This record gives sequence, structure tokens and C-alpha cells, in this order.
Amino acid sequence: MPAPDLAVLARRAALVARLRSLVPGEGVIADEVGLRAYDCDGLTAYRQVPLAVVLPERTEQVSAVLRFCQSEGVKVVPRGAGTGLSGGALPLTDGIVLGLGKFNRILEVDAANRCAVVQPGVTNLSVSQAAAPHGLYYAPDPSSQIACTIGGNVAENSGGVHCLKYGVTATNLLGVELVLMDGTVVRLGGKAGDAGGYDLLGVVTGSEGLLGVVTEATVRLLPAPATARALLLGFTTSADAARCVAAVIAAGIVPAGMEMMDKPAIDATEAFCHPGYPMDAGAILIVELDGHAVEVDELVERVATIARDGGATTVRASADEDERLLFWKGRKSAFPAVGRITPDYLCMDGTIPRARVAEVLERMTALAAARGLRVANVFHAGDGNLHPLILYDANEPGQLEAAEALGADILKLCVEVGGVLTGEHGVGIEKRDLMGTMFSDADLAQQQRLKCAFDPDGLANPGKVFPTLHRCAELGRMHVHEGQLKFAHLPRF
Amino acid sequence: MAALNPADAHEVRAIVGEAMAAGATLAVEGGGSKRGLGRPVAATHTLSLVRLDGIIDYAPSELVLTARAGTALSVIEALLAQHGQHLAFEPPDTSAQLGPGAPTLGGLVACNLAGPRRLRAGACRDHVLGIEAVTGFAEIVKAGGKVVKNVTGYDLPKLFAGSFGTLGVMTAITMKVLPRPEKTRTVLVFGLDGAAAGSLMIELARGPLDVSALAYVPRAVAARSAVGYVAGAGSSVLAARLEGPPRSVLARTEAARARLGAHAPVEELHGHNSAALWREIGFGALLAAPASRPVWRLGVPPADGAAALRALEQAGAEGYLDAAGGTLWAAAEEPVPVHDLAARHGGTAMLVRAPAEARARMPVFAPQAPALAALERRVKQAFDPKGVFEPGRRVEGV
Ligand SMILES: Cc1cc2nc3c(=O)[nH]c(=O)nc-3n(C[C@H](O)[C@H](O)[C@H](O)COP(=O)(O)OP(=O)(O)OC[C@H]3O[C@@H](n4cnc5c(N)ncnc54)[C@H](O)[C@@H]3O)c2cc1C
Repeated sequence: MPAPDLAVLARRAALVARLRSLVPGEGVIADEVGLRAYDCDGLTAYRQVPLAVVLPERTEQVSAVLRFCQSEGVKVVPRGAGTGLSGGALPLTDGIVLGLGKFNRILEVDAANRCAVVQPGVTNLSVSQAAAPHGLYYAPDPSSQIACTIGGNVAENSGGVHCLKYGVTATNLLGVELVLMDGTVVRLGGKAGDAGGYDLLGVVTGSEGLLGVVTEATVRLLPAPATARALLLGFTTSADAARCVAAVIAAGIVPAGMEMMDKPAIDATEAFCHPGYPMDAGAILIVELDGHAVEVDELVERVATIARDGGATTVRASADEDERLLFWKGRKSAFPAVGRITPDYLCMDGTIPRARVAEVLERMTALAAARGLRVANVFHAGDGNLHPLILYDANEPGQLEAAEALGADILKLCVEVGGVLTGEHGVGIEKRDLMGTMFSDADLAQQQRLKCAFDPDGLANPGKVFPTLHRCAELGRMHVHEGQLKFAHLPRF
Repeated sequence: MAALNPADAHEVRAIVGEAMAAGATLAVEGGGSKRGLGRPVAATHTLSLVRLDGIIDYAPSELVLTARAGTALSVIEALLAQHGQHLAFEPPDTSAQLGPGAPTLGGLVACNLAGPRRLRAGACRDHVLGIEAVTGFAEIVKAGGKVVKNVTGYDLPKLFAGSFGTLGVMTAITMKVLPRPEKTRTVLVFGLDGAAAGSLMIELARGPLDVSALAYVPRAVAARSAVGYVAGAGSSVLAARLEGPPRSVLARTEAARARLGAHAPVEELHGHNSAALWREIGFGALLAAPASRPVWRLGVPPADGAAALRALEQAGAEGYLDAAGGTLWAAAEEPVPVHDLAARHGGTAMLVRAPAEARARMPVFAPQAPALAALERRVKQAFDPKGVFEPGRRVEGV
């Protein structure tokens, strides 16, 4: 992490007092016990107590706090529910945590325009609940949806099991209100499309709190599908299951969701909640089809045929809603189920080309064995988004380090086969030092120049995403390339 | 003015570096089909991407295609069609408005254009997965990836989509592609007034029929259609498109006819007629004549579409609605205050077609709040500090 600013630490009491005047009442936490509650996010291996926690309730307060922090050179770490898995909300010792928990209202469900306007601290699930009476829902459905917030979803560009067909957060986000580090409030996008101008909404989505603080979001709502049915498919090997995934897509079918679980994950969930998964299978797929009843029935038949042709040993189509939910029950409890069979686990998140899934799963098993560890896989197979769970025991000396090293091995493997470091959990601190395996120095410098346009002093969530921090002045300086690349055969200016 | 025709990203980079050293500026061009979009550009040189041509990578079961930026869109679409796939955002045919020229992938993405299926499939920007580009630092950078789901680093592909070439020269682009629907039907409903059509579109877009496009064309505009059923209707036309597996499309078409036919006469378009109608709707072609009239595209909250259309008509303009009311195409002579009208209905407008003289004089893009305009200027600076690319295309003097 960036070296702590000792001058800021020395002024802590005075800074806290000023923050209290900006956000009165219970809005500032500065006591040891209170701060502990904020010392990590979902990546619990890393902990740090912040300088203070500030919990504003209104956009003007966010603006005032950020302006104050910029003028005092204080770093700011935005935070939603703290379920992030890459350390994006990990506090800094010389920075405040800006918690958006009090921004917890759904401002409007606009059914005619198929959208909702919500504050960032609203949970993902509550948006769909508020939309349900209108026959609408919010499509991105991360497994953490009862807890995680829309602000966190925007910052991580989160996905879910249904994003194969309906897209990730970016696809379903129409607009935000964003407060910059200098306190400026800008509105990007909104209920109307085609606003012209640069797609700053696009870059803020997935920016991991490094560009500013989201204080309001307008999200797209979709009509609830008329019907949904799921197929439970069992295969002898993960490779067979992976081939089936590719065959379904190649047949022109894009299911609502297509999830895979391997043997260790099947065993753990079956023991945990008895969803009735085939115990003779080396891997299972859950394939959900939704839409008009006639369409769903037709596609269920087609997928079943593709699966049988691909050597499926179990093919079960849900006959009713109860059975569909039972198929999903195991998948949805896979994380806690794995938590039962191991003291600790790390959840990785690379995306790879679908054609390489079988090969990567195989090589991953070998990589794990080489480090003396085991891996369980439960993931979004339809879009090639792997979630290897690395099982380890933090109380065993060296195991955390081995697990992290294996994580890095796996992500490098993802990049090697043409994939990326993270599909939906973000870079944070977890994958920060691997950015160089995917991007050149020039690529990363350009990304940081973009950050400078939003945050010239580098105070918004520094130390995350980028392996090396550069000053904006240094990044902007004109440099060596200019005029030194002359190709003799090109026309001259 | 010499034409610059680089053959690869390294040559582009060399040209940009030299242009910077020489204080030159560059207009970036693919097939030239969208030169008339945006403000007129006053660049000292034109950089053509026609030699940056060819598909780099395409694996149908990955739903991903990578091509060099100057690749003709027709080549990409033909290849995808061979594999039963397409660009789902329905790249619109701009020729009726902007004249001929073979559209390229780079131009399409730079202008972020999508057609009627945008209602369901999203805009062009939602389908751009990765880019390689040369920035105004004379550096080759890449961002995004070649897989459908990726949050590694800022989403620069989205930023470049719709940037009108002002941030850098895209040299290669990775697109998400999707299976093409097996069957298509368009249901037409005749004779509705704007208000009734507006409510019906709201209902259909919220409903379970999964319409992939939804438009409303008033009588006088419908009369110019090349599709006989539409031109000969002698009334306004609401069009709803249903796509998907055959049995599903037939069942939903039946359901749509039952619902819509209760109150007004209905008709059904198949194959060629359906495609022709949506092509006309997709980029304002129904308003193309007379060529002297400025044509605008407005984005408004869909439920305000019908009211915005009426306000424009009252001001003497002519227009029609796409995207369930969210997109309004209008032909309006000066001095109809289109930007003001759009703002009053919660949206924005863009001048899509007008002579260069008019595009230099009238605001082409919607005015922005000062804080946002300042942020955009800083973003431009972050990519092109010397202002080498497309001077004036989006903002006068920038
Ligand atoms: C059991 C479990 C299952 C999960 N399943 C999924 C899944 O299926 N798919 C998926 O994509 N993710 C999943 N996640 C990861 C996580 O839930 C998501 O990343 C989520 O979006 C984080 O939301 P949050 O509110 O907890 O954000 P936090 O963890 O508090 O913050 C995440 C990041 O967002 C920033 N941030 C938060 N709020 C704002 C704001 N208002 N403005 C600016 N920046 C902000 C923070 O600085 C941080 O960088 C899972 C996590 C757990 C623990």
C-alpha cells in the first residue's frame, strides 16, 4: 500500500473534529471498537483500521467531505456493504472510509420507463423486490445480493448467474450521480439514452471507487420472464461438461444462466443441503432457460438433446417451480457449503475462452497439487468465468502464502490462454500486482491518466488496481515518443 | 492535403508522433461513411484506416470476433451470417442520411450507432469488449479483453465507443457477437394517435412478449415507406417485432395480434418486408427527403416519447418514434429549438444530418452542465493533450 502520510496521522484529532462538523450526529466513527467493524471487506485475509469512518446521509455531505479531504490531502476509501472479494474497500491507515450505508432509499420505481432510481446503499435484492409489484426486476443477481449494495455493484461492475443472457451491471445501468474528489457533483446518463458526450458512465462502472463516489443510480428494470425452467445435467468429467457448454452456445442458444460445479463442489453441497445432485457425476451443469412458455419448452428439449449427444449421464428438466429452485439451491449454497469442508478458502475469478475450460480445469488441478492444496470449482461456465475456490487452513503455517501463490498461478494461466484476471470481482489489492501480466506499462499509464482527469491528487482509493502509482504531472508530461518514430517510407508532415 | 494510409498500428503510431512534432492535426477515416456526423472537422491531414483491414480472430462458440478497425462492416456481417450469428445491436444503415461510403467497424464503434434492436440488445457500446488504439501520446495501448466478461481495469472500450475518434485511433476491436434469431415477424397496428401508441408501447415493452423492436410512425411519414403495407396504409403505423426460435415467434405473434387487434386493424410483415421496414426506421431514412432539411435524433425517457413527438410536430417538425418511444427521429427546419424541446422532455438531441455550414453554426450535440463539460475536457486532455485527433468534431475549438 502507499506509504502512510505521517502528517495526516499526526493531525488525526483535528481532522476528526472537522469531519464531525461536516457530518454531525452519529456520522463519524473514530473509536477503536467502532473502527474495527470496518477493518476489512470480503477479502478477510487483509485487515487495516482506518483513520476514521464517515457515514454521510446526503449528497451535499459527501461533496463537503470529499472537498475537505482533498484540501487536507486525506485519502478516501468508499464502502458499500463490504462484501467485495478483491479488497477494494480495504481501509488505509491514513485515509477515511466513506460508508454509504445511510444512502438506503429507493427513490423511485418508474415502471413506465422500466427503471428505478436508487441510492447507492440500497441492497441489490431490494431493487428487484421493489420492482416486483410492477412485473419488473433488476437483472444482475450476484450471489451476495441480499447484502451487497448497488453502489458496490456499480463500482465492481458485478455480475450474477443470469448475466449470460441479461448482461452485467454495466448493461443494466442507465445513469449515476457522481461526486468527484473536489466535491463537484456530476450526473452521467439518466432515464434517456443517447446523451451524447463521452461514455463516462461506462468508465465509472467497474472503476472500484477510484474515480469518485456514486451517490445515486438509475438502473434498468426488465419484464419478469413469463416462465423459467432449469435442466440439471450430469457428466462423467468436467471436460464433457465443458464441451456441452460450447455445444449449446454453438447451437445458437444463449441460456439465461449456465453454471458448472465440479466433483468437490458437488460433494460439499450435497452434504450441506441435499439438492439431489447425481453423486456419480464428475461435474454437473445447471442450465436455465426463460421466456415465453413455448420457447422455454422448445429450448429445454434442444439442450437436453445436445447434452445426451454429448454423453450426459443425468438429464433432468425441472417439472415445476419447486424442482427448479431445488436445482438452484445447491448452486446458491455452494460457497457456504465449501466453507463447511475447509477452515478457509480463497475465491478466484478469472475469465477464459469457453473452448479452454476443460484444459484449464485440468491444469489447475495439477497446479494445486504442486502446492499441496485442493480446489473446488463452481462457476459461470456460460461465459467462461471461473471461480476456483482454493481450500486452505490459515492456522497452518505457510498455507495462506501457498494459497495466494496458487491463486496467482491460476490467474496467470487464465491470461496465458487468452483470458483476463477478473470477470466480476474486480482487481482491488488482490490482483493488483498481476496487472502487468495482462497490460503493458503504456496501457496502465493511460488508465492512470484517465484517473487523473477525475482525481488529480490521487486521493480516491489509492493503492488499489494499479501496481505502481505515478503522479499525474509525471503521467501527463510529453515524452520521448514524439517525433522519434519516423518511418522513412511514410509521407512527411 | 496528403492522405496517410498506415498499414498497421506501428505505422499509425509513427504518423501520430510525427504529426505531434509537426503541429499537424488528423481527421481519422474508415470508409468515410460517417464523415457527415458530428461537427465539421478542421484537420490538416486525413488518416485513412482502409489498409488496417481484416479479421484477426473469430471463434463462433466464443461469441467473440476481433477485427482490425478498418475492416468493412459488410465483410464482418457476411462472415457472422455464415455462422448464424450477428452484431445484435443492429448496426444501422446510415446511407440515406449521410450518403455512400463503406462503413467500417471502427467508424461504427467510434459513433456508437445502434439500430432498433437496441431496445432489447443494448447499444453498440454494450458489445465492444476490447480495443487496441494509438493515443495522443503516440503510444499503442490496449484495454478490455477478448472474453465476454471482464472487469480488469477501466472500461476504455466503452469510452472509445461514441468518442467520434477524438481520444485516439482505434486499430483493432473485439466485439461480442450473438446468435442471429431463427425467425422474425413484425406486427403492424394501424391508425393509432400518438398518445394511444405511446401507452401501447409502454405496455408492450413492459410485458411478457419480449418484443425486439417497437416503433411508431405517424401517417405522413409512413406514406414515404418503401414497404407497401406501410406506405399504403393511409394511417399511422405502430410496428412491433418478435424474434426467436420459430415456435416461440409464432406463438408470440398470435398473442400480439390478439392483444393489438382488439382495438385497431393489424397486419403482419415477414422476411424481406420486415427487414426493409426496420432498416428505414433504424437511422431516420423515412425522413431523408428533402435532403436540405436538418435531421435530428433525440433520446428521451421512453414514456415521454409521444409527448415529445407531439411538441415537435406543433413546432412544425416531422418525426417518428423508435425504441418504444426512447428514440425520436425528427426533421426540423431552423429555427425549431430542438435542444430545448428535448431538454424539456428530459432528454437530449443530436443533429444527425445537415450541411457542414449548418453543423458548424448550430450546436450538434446537446449542451452540457459546466461541471460535466469540464470533466470531459480533462478526459480529452488525458488521451490527446495536443489536440491531434478530430479537432472540433465534438466541441468547437477542442
Ligand atoms: C458470498 C459472496 C458471493 C458473491 N457473489 C458474487 C457474484 O455472484 N457476482 C459478483 O459479481 N460478485 C459477487 N461477490 C462480490 C461482491 O458481493 C460484489 O463485488 C459487490 O458488488 C460488492 O458490493 P458491496 O456493496 O459489498 O461493496 P464493497 O465491498 O463495500 O465495495 C466494493 C468496491 O466498491 C467501492 N464502492 C462501494 N460503494 C461505492 C460507491 N457508492 N461509490 C464508489 N465506490 C464505491 C469500494 O471502494 C470498493 O472498491 C460475492 C461476494 C460474497 C461475499
